[in-house]
Amino acid sequence: MLANLPARLCALALSLFLIAFALPAFAGPFEDAVAKFANDDFSDTDEAIGVVASSGNKLAFPIISALQDGRLMADPDSKKVYVVGADGKSIDAATGEPVASVPDSASAVRLNNRLRRSVDAALGSLTLQSPDLAVRLQAAQSVFKSHEETALEAVDGALAKETNKSVKVALGEARAAILLFKSDATEVEKLEAVATLKARGDQEALALLTGMGDQPASVTKAAASAIGSIQSSLAVWSTVQNAWYGLSLGSVLLLAAIGLAITFGVMGVINMAHGEMVMLGAYTTFVVQEVIRTRYPALFDYSLLIAVPLAFLVSGAIGVLIERSIIRFLYGRPLETLLATWGLSLVLQQAVRTMFGPTNREVGNPSWMSGAFELGQITITYNRLWILCFTLAVFAILLAMLRYTALGLEMRAVTQNRRMAASMGIATSRVDALTFGLGSGIAGIAGVALSQIDNVSPNLGQSYIIDSFMVVVFGGVGNLWGTLVGAFTLGIANKFLEPVAGAVLGKIAILVLIILFIQKRPRGLFALKGRAVEA
Amino acid sequence: MNVMDTRATSAMLYLDGVHVSFDGFHAINNLSLTLAPGEMRAIIGPNGAGKTTMMDIITGKTKPDEGTVLFDGVTDLTRLDETRIAELGIGRKFQKPTVFESQTVEDNLLLALNVDHSVKGTLFWRGSKAESERIEKVLETIRLTDARGRLAGSLSHGQKQWLEIGMLLAQDPKLLLVDEPVAGMTDVETHLTAELLKEINKNHTVMVVEHDMTFVRELGVKVTCLHEGSVLAEGTIDQVSSNERVIEVYLGR
Amino acid sequence: MTPHMLTRSLDRGATMFLAIVAACGILIPLSNLLLPAGSFFQVPTYLVALWGKYVCYAILALSIDLIWGYCGILSLGHGAFFALGGYAMGMYLMRQIGTRGVYGNPILPDFMVFLNWQKLPWYWYGFDMFWFAALMVLFVPGLLAFCFGWLAFRSRVTGVYLSIITQAMTYALLLGFFRNDFGFGGNNGLTDFKDILGFNVQAEGTRATLFALSCLALIVGFLICRAIVTSKLGKVLIAIRDAESRTRFLGYRVESYKLFVFTVSACMAGVAGALYVPQVGIINPSEFAPGNSIEAVIWVAVGGRGTLAGAALGAVVVNYAKTFFTSGVLAPYWLFMLGALFILVTLLLPKGIVGTFNAWWEPFKAKNGVANEAAEDGVSEPKMAE
Repeated sequence: MLANLPARLCALALSLFLIAFALPAFAGPFEDAVAKFANDDFSDTDEAIGVVASSGNKLAFPIISALQDGRLMADPDSKKVYVVGADGKSIDAATGEPVASVPDSASAVRLNNRLRRSVDAALGSLTLQSPDLAVRLQAAQSVFKSHEETALEAVDGALAKETNKSVKVALGEARAAILLFKSDATEVEKLEAVATLKARGDQEALALLTGMGDQPASVTKAAASAIGSIQSSLAVWSTVQNAWYGLSLGSVLLLAAIGLAITFGVMGVINMAHGEMVMLGAYTTFVVQEVIRTRYPALFDYSLLIAVPLAFLVSGAIGVLIERSIIRFLYGRPLETLLATWGLSLVLQQAVRTMFGPTNREVGNPSWMSGAFELGQITITYNRLWILCFTLAVFAILLAMLRYTALGLEMRAVTQNRRMAASMGIATSRVDALTFGLGSGIAGIAGVALSQIDNVSPNLGQSYIIDSFMVVVFGGVGNLWGTLVGAFTLGIANKFLEPVAGAVLGKIAILVLIILFIQKRPRGLFALKGRAVEA
Repeated sequence: MNVMDTRATSAMLYLDGVHVSFDGFHAINNLSLTLAPGEMRAIIGPNGAGKTTMMDIITGKTKPDEGTVLFDGVTDLTRLDETRIAELGIGRKFQKPTVFESQTVEDNLLLALNVDHSVKGTLFWRGSKAESERIEKVLETIRLTDARGRLAGSLSHGQKQWLEIGMLLAQDPKLLLVDEPVAGMTDVETHLTAELLKEINKNHTVMVVEHDMTFVRELGVKVTCLHEGSVLAEGTIDQVSSNERVIEVYLGR
Repeated sequence: MTPHMLTRSLDRGATMFLAIVAACGILIPLSNLLLPAGSFFQVPTYLVALWGKYVCYAILALSIDLIWGYCGILSLGHGAFFALGGYAMGMYLMRQIGTRGVYGNPILPDFMVFLNWQKLPWYWYGFDMFWFAALMVLFVPGLLAFCFGWLAFRSRVTGVYLSIITQAMTYALLLGFFRNDFGFGGNNGLTDFKDILGFNVQAEGTRATLFALSCLALIVGFLICRAIVTSKLGKVLIAIRDAESRTRFLGYRVESYKLFVFTVSACMAGVAGALYVPQVGIINPSEFAPGNSIEAVIWVAVGGRGTLAGAALGAVVVNYAKTFFTSGVLAPYWLFMLGALFILVTLLLPKGIVGTFNAWWEPFKAKNGVANEAAEDGVSEPKMAE
């Protein structure tokens, strides 16, 4: 939602601009105030903000928001002020008339920190009563952050009219923030404000409470207890947050590693080109979206649904091709397979680089995958959530496939005892080809999901390959549950180490821990036991 | 280890109450067995009876979940690894002939000789007359003198089996574990192998696992029949092969 | 090395290899220094530096062949030992810059001044002395290999598992050395070297000497490897490669053997890195990239693993090809070629150039009554065991 704000504000600015364009301009204090922006004097600018914000003029919002973004241009010679739209088109700030170009002598109206707060407050009150719910909510939150006394009136006004519950809460919090810093507020009001902030209980409330300065003793005491309770709840939430990030990372790792686990588990083949299968899936998504963009723009939201089976087919078919043309000649020579597939990964990367160029390609998020929602004190983005669900779904389907289909039965048989399976009449070479295809196909699907959160470039696969190996090695071969546990353990461990050790050191620590872990359990968490293993 | 049974202290190999399971499958189930010094014992039993797993336990490849495994009456084998057990004097011939295929017959025997096996010892090794003589003798015993310069990988199946037995001889262990020595051999070769093992038995304690009843009969030694990881019957070949439970197990119920 | 080991290790092929390397090591520097520039037989200085690089790669390849070709340990992290040796030498060279650096600090290298460090980290102590740096060139990679190997081999991590964790090892080092606070120059690594033992690293004479020294190191490394593989220990290594658990049942402590060759090999790789750095003038974290280590493995595969001389040959051939192709219009296709090389060599030429040549030459030689020397190698049939 945060990410969408600029877009929404632009849309709003545009609609206001259109309304303003239709109305005749009238001369008066508004125009005088606007002209003050051209004085390049901070106190004049401050005054102008106040007048413009309270003028009720339809241009007020575009002007102030342009001021905030550095798009308000003033010509000191002609005292003319212009609003440069986000689309590059400009209007005269005083009249709303479009102008062909802003004179070269014009420069952006400068702001200092004090003015920035005024701007925030002005924008806040301007938008507190916007018809758009999201804008109102955002405005209430920006007032909360700026807690300018001048906005109190606007907040009270909005609070009286507000019907939406969440906006009402936000307005109440904004009011509490203002009152807490208002020197002439009563002690009762302040105590109420502390209670409201305590209920909000996030980092920002904590910052307000710790930075509120001199207050009556009772308020200080209440604030201290509020700070304590917020801090402990925040500690819990930060654990939850780390756990969520860990789950999210784990789901990505699982998605990338699951295909590898299958090929390694069933065939004992280390496929160094596995990462490139993921990359091919991501590029398939890119191609699907390109076709949709140019031919059937209405289908954009379905692009991923179309890409998933296609990516499975593309990567899976290439996987079968690789197995038939290279890997099948190298069975029983795992180290050489490793080298050959590494060579293959170089070829595939370079092929993609030649076809699509070396730079990142843009893959868009469909609307249902963009945005985020708040859960208590943590923000959950839809794309991460969908990827987690998607990963679990893929895992469940795969597990069911292994358990209930004939191919699954044959694959399990080959995993446990290849020679025995062969003598039972299972066409092991067919199983191998299909397994490799399946593993690669799943990598392709992983590519579709990863295209939503990572850069789609020829190097996409490489960044996942070592991590995926670690997951498989850690989880143990021949058991998908091991891969699941391995992926989530590593994901969560990584995210809990990161705040302590930093991202890079955390990663190094994980690698070292895995190396040490392999000493203890050389065949992973969930290893097959018995004579067949060593054979 | 406080062992009360006096027979156990005099036994070359003593297994008591050994259990081992893989993922819930009981490969060895309360297995007890003793082997007197100088004895040759034949172990028979259907597939999955636990014969190879038993050898894995004795040689330290597999650790039992519980039970006692004593060598020479004093050494607890369950605490030692393969290398240490081999150093103690237990040699093993695998079911599938395992020789060093890319090295010559002579080198295979050289590697098996029970001389200094340390890194330093092998790095600064120079052949000695005594060593060559021993290799010579083993080559003669296993009838591979003419093939000494050939790569072990180029030998016939039977020759590989013999080479492996020859390696055991070069290793000169106190106890030899021989897993299916005549699998895939012709009748003549089988007969010769039986002779060879009897010859070896003059100086060594031997445990032979074998399916081939003619061969076991020819060895003419005490037979132990394993089934589902424990001893089913023990005695002469005639006693065992007339045992009803053994017949039942081999022929199905 | 005792005399009997030396004589045993020198068969016809090995002697030929040593003669060629020695001839290059003497003639190329002489031609560079003594003949007038522009003369047909004069080797230009840039070529001396380039070939010096190849020779260092050949030593690295030799070290990989020792463990992979003879003991079946496929290390995908040997670039790490190479880079560590390089960093040890780089640290010495950095300390030699002294006040000639941009910031003119007599003790601290430029990057530390830039990062506002006040004093030298403890692990930089002693690197102003050549003998200490030279010792570290052997000691640091050796120690890492020893610790890593001790953990891995004792727990019987073998085959692809070992390969993967060696790769993780070099990857972890890559991430670490990228960090500024590790104290090794971060991203940029160590560079702008001025002189080595008082000689200007850029000077022709120094470059020619470094080339000759690299050839000498290759000769010594080759002799050490030959002495190892032709001893009884070499036979044990091959036994481990072909049937590890069988070797154990014969009473060999497999992990000690592996640890020994792995450590020796890491030290050799460290020396290669140390000679490489003054010749290319820079060492940075990208040397730790897993891709580099795998590329070094393919040199060995191309030349023929288990042949030593082949590994060195492979390093030179592949790197010559790399220089040739990446400098011309074919540059975008180099990765295709390198990738194809990996695939084709493993599929069609599993014995590599030298191994295939030997296999072809052997029956011919036997027929002509030439003494059967190759049998002493004991590796007519390189085979990989997991």
